[in-house]
Amino acid sequence: MDFPLVNGNSSDVSIEEDSAAIVKNDSHHSSLVNGHRNGSPDSFNDIQGRLAMPLFGMDIGGTLTKLVYFEPANFDEFDFAERETLKTIHKYLIGNTAYGKTGIRDVHLELGNQTICGRTGKIHFIRFPTAQMSAFIELAKLKNFSGLASGICATGGGAYMFEEVFAKEVLLQLHKYDELDCLLKGIHHIDRHNPCECYYFSNPRDTECCDKLPFNFHNPYPYLVVNIGSGVSILSVRSKTDYNRVSGTSLGGGTFLGLCCLLTGCETFEEAIGLASQGDSRNIDKLVKDIYGGDYGKFGLKGDTVACSFGQMISQEKRDAARKEDLARATLVTLTNNIGSIARMCAKTEKIERVVFVGNFLRVNEISMKLLSYAMDYWSDGSLKALFLQHEGYFGAMGCLLEYLQLNS
Amino acid sequence: MAHKSYARCIDLPTEQVFHNIRNAKRFAMDIGGSLAKVAYSSLVKKKSTMVFDDTDSIGPNKGSIYNVSETDQEIVRLHFVKFETKYIETCLDFINANLIQSRESMLDKVIKVTGGGAYKYTELINGKLGVQVDKEDEMECLIKGCNFLLKNISDEAFCYTRHANPEYKFQGVDSHVFPYLLVNIGSGVSLCKVESESKFERIGGTSTGGGTFWGLGSLLTSAKEFDELLELAESGDHKSVDMLVKDIYGGDYGAIGLGADVIASSFGKAARSTKDSAQNSPSFKKEDIARSLLLCISNDIGQIAYLQAKLHGVQKIYFGGFFIRGHPFTMHTITFAINFWSKGEIQALFLRHEGYLGAIGAFLKGMEEEDDERYSWGENLAGSSGLASPKHVGTSHVVQELSNNFSMLEINRLDRALHPCPLLLDVISYLPDTVDLTQDIDARNYWLKCFADGAKKTHDLAVKSQPHEQDASERADKFLKKYLERLKSLEQNPCAYGSLTVRSLLDTSTHFLEESLFTDIFSQQKQFENEQALRVLPSRLKTLDEQPESERHFQLVLGMLAGNVFDWGAKEVCTILETQQLTLEEAQAKLQKRPWLCDDFDTWLCRVSQPNPYKCAVIFVDNSGVDIILGIFPFARQLLSMGTNVILCANSQPSLNDVVYRELLWIVNKASDVCPVLHNAMTEGRLKVMETGQASPCLDLRLIDEKLVSAIKEMEADLVVIEGMGRAIHTNFDASFACDALKVAVIKNRWLANRYGGEMFSVIFKFEKGRKVSSSCLSAASAKR
Repeated sequence: MDFPLVNGNSSDVSIEEDSAAIVKNDSHHSSLVNGHRNGSPDSFNDIQGRLAMPLFGMDIGGTLTKLVYFEPANFDEFDFAERETLKTIHKYLIGNTAYGKTGIRDVHLELGNQTICGRTGKIHFIRFPTAQMSAFIELAKLKNFSGLASGICATGGGAYMFEEVFAKEVLLQLHKYDELDCLLKGIHHIDRHNPCECYYFSNPRDTECCDKLPFNFHNPYPYLVVNIGSGVSILSVRSKTDYNRVSGTSLGGGTFLGLCCLLTGCETFEEAIGLASQGDSRNIDKLVKDIYGGDYGKFGLKGDTVACSFGQMISQEKRDAARKEDLARATLVTLTNNIGSIARMCAKTEKIERVVFVGNFLRVNEISMKLLSYAMDYWSDGSLKALFLQHEGYFGAMGCLLEYLQLNS
Repeated sequence: MAHKSYARCIDLPTEQVFHNIRNAKRFAMDIGGSLAKVAYSSLVKKKSTMVFDDTDSIGPNKGSIYNVSETDQEIVRLHFVKFETKYIETCLDFINANLIQSRESMLDKVIKVTGGGAYKYTELINGKLGVQVDKEDEMECLIKGCNFLLKNISDEAFCYTRHANPEYKFQGVDSHVFPYLLVNIGSGVSLCKVESESKFERIGGTSTGGGTFWGLGSLLTSAKEFDELLELAESGDHKSVDMLVKDIYGGDYGAIGLGADVIASSFGKAARSTKDSAQNSPSFKKEDIARSLLLCISNDIGQIAYLQAKLHGVQKIYFGGFFIRGHPFTMHTITFAINFWSKGEIQALFLRHEGYLGAIGAFLKGMEEEDDERYSWGENLAGSSGLASPKHVGTSHVVQELSNNFSMLEINRLDRALHPCPLLLDVISYLPDTVDLTQDIDARNYWLKCFADGAKKTHDLAVKSQPHEQDASERADKFLKKYLERLKSLEQNPCAYGSLTVRSLLDTSTHFLEESLFTDIFSQQKQFENEQALRVLPSRLKTLDEQPESERHFQLVLGMLAGNVFDWGAKEVCTILETQQLTLEEAQAKLQKRPWLCDDFDTWLCRVSQPNPYKCAVIFVDNSGVDIILGIFPFARQLLSMGTNVILCANSQPSLNDVVYRELLWIVNKASDVCPVLHNAMTEGRLKVMETGQASPCLDLRLIDEKLVSAIKEMEADLVVIEGMGRAIHTNFDASFACDALKVAVIKNRWLANRYGGEMFSVIFKFEKGRKVSSSCLSAASAKR
C-alpha cells in the first residue's frame, strides 16, 4: 500500500502506520495527514490511461525550478508510441548535462537502480532558473511533451503561477501538490533509497577537525526541517504524516543572492559563493571585541561574535576599502547566522534536537553548512545537531513524483 | 531634512539645556555613538503656601480664621538632557564652568558613565571635570531605567498604529510591570527578559540591527546618514525589490495562510532579474531598496523578539534603542512585524522616554545607597520635551530643529509615596480620564481653546497673588508665553506628552505656574470665601435640622450641588462670581430641576434610609468656601450622625480654588467649634481629614497618598463620594468601584452640558452599587432572604 521500504523492516512500517492512524484522529492535524490538500487525484486516471507511470516531478520555486526525471532501464515494456517519446526525452535530457545557458543536470546526484512502480531505472536531477520558464515552455512545445501525458505533477508556487500557461501553451495539465507535503515525502523517500543521503559535520567548533560524516537517519522523528530556498520554511515533523510549518523567514537564499548581486555585481549563485569563499566578513562586520575590546563576559559573548552585521560599513572610509569578496562573505554569514538562530529558537520551542537543513541555498555552500553546524552546536551547548542531505533542493520535486504512487497504491 | 542641523556645532543653547546645573548634586552620563545623555539631580526652588494660626496676629488680617503665607521650598529634581554626541566637549566645558563646587572638591567624586562611549570618552570626562569615571554595564542601566520609568511615569509606554486615530495609544500606569522583554535595537540587537527589579538576563540577540540597516543601506543607496535612509525608506516601495508570495504563487499560499502580499524572499527580485537580460540589467530605485532593507530588518527583529517572548512566556515586549528613537516609521514596521508573527496576540510597546533609559539607569546606580523606594516620582511637564513628531516638520520648523539638537526630561521627586486606591474594582483596567482628547478632535479643539482663553486670567491672578514680589509680573509674562506655546504645540502634536486629557491640560498649567515660582494663586479668594461661608454655617445647619428626615436628605444633596456651583475653574461661573455675591440659595435656584441629567437620587435615598447604611465614607472634596463648608460639611455631618465614619480627602497641593489639605484642617476645626457632631467625631477619630497626594482639580485614583490608602483599608471604607466636575466628570465618570460610589457634580460649562445633552447647570447625581460583593453585604443579603 505504500512504496517499498528498502532499508526498513516490516515492523517499522506497522509502527509508522499506527502512529499515522493516531494522528488522523487528532483533529488538529487532520488537514495535514491527507497529504494532497491541493492535489486533484481523479485527474490521474488520465495519466494512467496513457502511460502507466510518471516520469517527471517538477518543483517550481521562486528562483529555481527543480525537475526529477525517472528513466526506466528497459523501454521494451512500452508500446511503440511511448517508446519513441521516451527515446526523444532520453536523447535530449540524458544526452546533455546542460540545457541552454542555465539548465543543469546534477550528474553527481543521479540515483541508479531505483524501483518505481515495479520498474527499475535511474532518477535524474535537473534544475533551471524559474525566470527561464518561458524557454522551458518553448522546449516542452518543441519536444511534444503533451504527447507523452496529459499532465505533469508539479509543486511549488509555480505550479499555481504557471498552471494556465502550461494548459494553454503546452496543452499539459499541471497536477498541483502542496510543496511542504512533497518536500517531506521526498526527504523520506530519498533517505530510504540512498544509504549515504544524510550527513553531518563532526567537531563543528573546530575548523581543523571538522569532518563530513554520514548520519543514520532511519529513526528520525521528531525532527525540524529548515528548507532554505528563496525564502525559508521551518517545519516540525513528528511522524511521516504529522507535521506543521512552525515558522519561516523571508531572509533566505534569494536574499543572499539578491544582496550579493546588488553589492558585488555578480550574476549567479555560484559566482556569489565563489566570491564569498575568498572573503573575510571581519572587514565588514563589527565584532563584540570591536566594541568592548574583548569578550562581553557579563552576557557570555565572545569577542569574535558578530555584534553588528555590516556595522563597519557606516564609515565612508571603510566602505571605500570594502572588497567584493568580503561583502559577499559578510552577506553569506549574516543570512546563515540569522537562519540558524531562528531555526534554533524553533527547535527549542518544539523541543526537537535534530535539525535538517535542505534547499538549494546549501548547494556548493559548505561555508553555510559549517556555520550552521557550529551555530546549532555552540548556542545550544551541544544539544542540537545540524543535519544535511545530499539532494539538498530536490526533495520537493521527488516528493511530487511520488504523490502519484501513493494515489495508485 | 534632518541632516541640515548636523553641521552647526555652536547651536546648542547650553544655558537652556543645562537648566539648574548650578545646584547639581550628582551626575551620570550615557554616551552613545550619535546621542549623548547627561543626567543630574538638583534642588529646585519652589514656592509653597503655609497655613498657620492667626489668633495672635494684628493688622489687616486680624480676625481671620487662619493666615496664609508663601515660603520657599526646595524639591529634588532629576534632569536628563539628550544631545548629539558631537557636542560633548561643549557640554563638559559648560558643566565645568557652571558648577558651584570647585574643581578640587570634584576630585573624590565619581561619575557613572554607560553606553558605547563610556570607553572612548573616559579620559575626556576625567580631564574636563576632574572626576573619576565609573563605567556601568549598558544593558543593566537600560533595564534599571526602564523599570523606573514604567513604575513612575504615567503614559510612559504606548502602542503605535500608523494612520489610526490616535496613532499613539498610551498604556497609563502599569502596576504589574514584570515580566517583560526589552529589545534594545542599537547597532546590533539585544533581548533581555526582566523578571524583577534585580533579576534579568540576556536571552538572545541578533547582529542584524540598526547598524546593519545603516551599513548595508549606505552601500546600496547614495544615502550616508541613518535618518536619510529612513526618509528614503518611507517613500519607497519594497514590492519592486522583494519577491512576494504572489510573485511565486500568482496569489495566496492559502494552505499555510500566507497572503499574496507577504514577502517570501527579501531582495528576491534583485537576484532573479539580473541574469534575465544582461543588456538592460534592472536598476532599482534607492527608495525601494531602502524600504526593502528596513522591512527585512524590522521583520527579522520582530520575529526573533516574538519567538523569544513565546519561548519565555512573556506577554509584553518593549522596543527601544537607536534604531527606533521614537521614529514613527520604524515603530510602524516593528509593530507590523510583531502583529504578523504573533497574529495580533502580542503588541509591540514603545516608551516615550526610551532615549533616556541608559542615563536614568546609570544615575540610579549612583544613587543606590539612598533608598529610592520610598519616593514616587512625577514628570515635570513644564520642563520636559515631548515626543518629536517628524510629521509636522513643515508647520513648526523651528521647534523641530531645536528638538533635533537636544531634548530634556525632568522628573520631580514627590514628597510621598503614591499607591492605587484600594476601592477601585480593577486597578489594571481603571483609566481616570473620561475623554481622550487625542482621539476626540472636537473636544480637543474646544478644550485647547478654552485653556488658551483662560490663560490670561491665570496670569493676572498670579501677578496679584504675589503683590510684594517685584518680578512677579515678569515671571507671569513668562508663564503666559510658555504655556500658550505649549498649548499650540499640543494642537499640532497632541500625543507628545502621553494621552491628552482635561486632566493633563490642568496639570500642565500647574507645572508651568510652579516653574515660574507661583503657587496658590487663589489663596486670598479661598480664604475670603471660607470665612464668609463659616459665618453662615450655623444657620445652614439649623435650617437643615428643622427638616423631616426624608426631606433633609434631598436638601443635603441640593446643598452639595449648589455648593459645587462656586467654582472659579469654570469660566462662565467666574463671570457671575466676579460681578455679584452669590448665596447658596441663589446658586440652588440656578440648578437644573429634577429629573436631573443623571438622576439616581431615589436609589440613594432608599439606600441611606436603611439603618446604619455605611461603615465609612471617603469623600473627595472640591472647591473652598460655600462648596466645602455649606455643601459637604452638612452632608458629612448627616453621615456621621447615621453612624458612618467619614474621611474627608483634599488635595495636597493647590490648584484653582480647590480646598487644600492644610486649609481644610483649619476649616474643619472652625466648623467643629459651632457643630458638636463634627467636634465629637473629630475627637473620637470618626471624622478624619486626609490629603490625596494630588495637585489637580481632577482625580487619578491610581496615585493617592499611601497614608490615605491605609486609612481607607483600616476604616473599612464602603462608600466613595466624588464631588465636582474635575473629579467626577472629567475623570472617574466611568470608573467602577468595589464599593458603592456617589458621583456628584454640576456641569458649569455650556459646551460640555450640551455634549451630554443638557443645559448649563445640569446636574450629575450618579449612584452606583459596588460591583464586588463584600462579605458583610453577603450576610446582609442572605439575612434579608
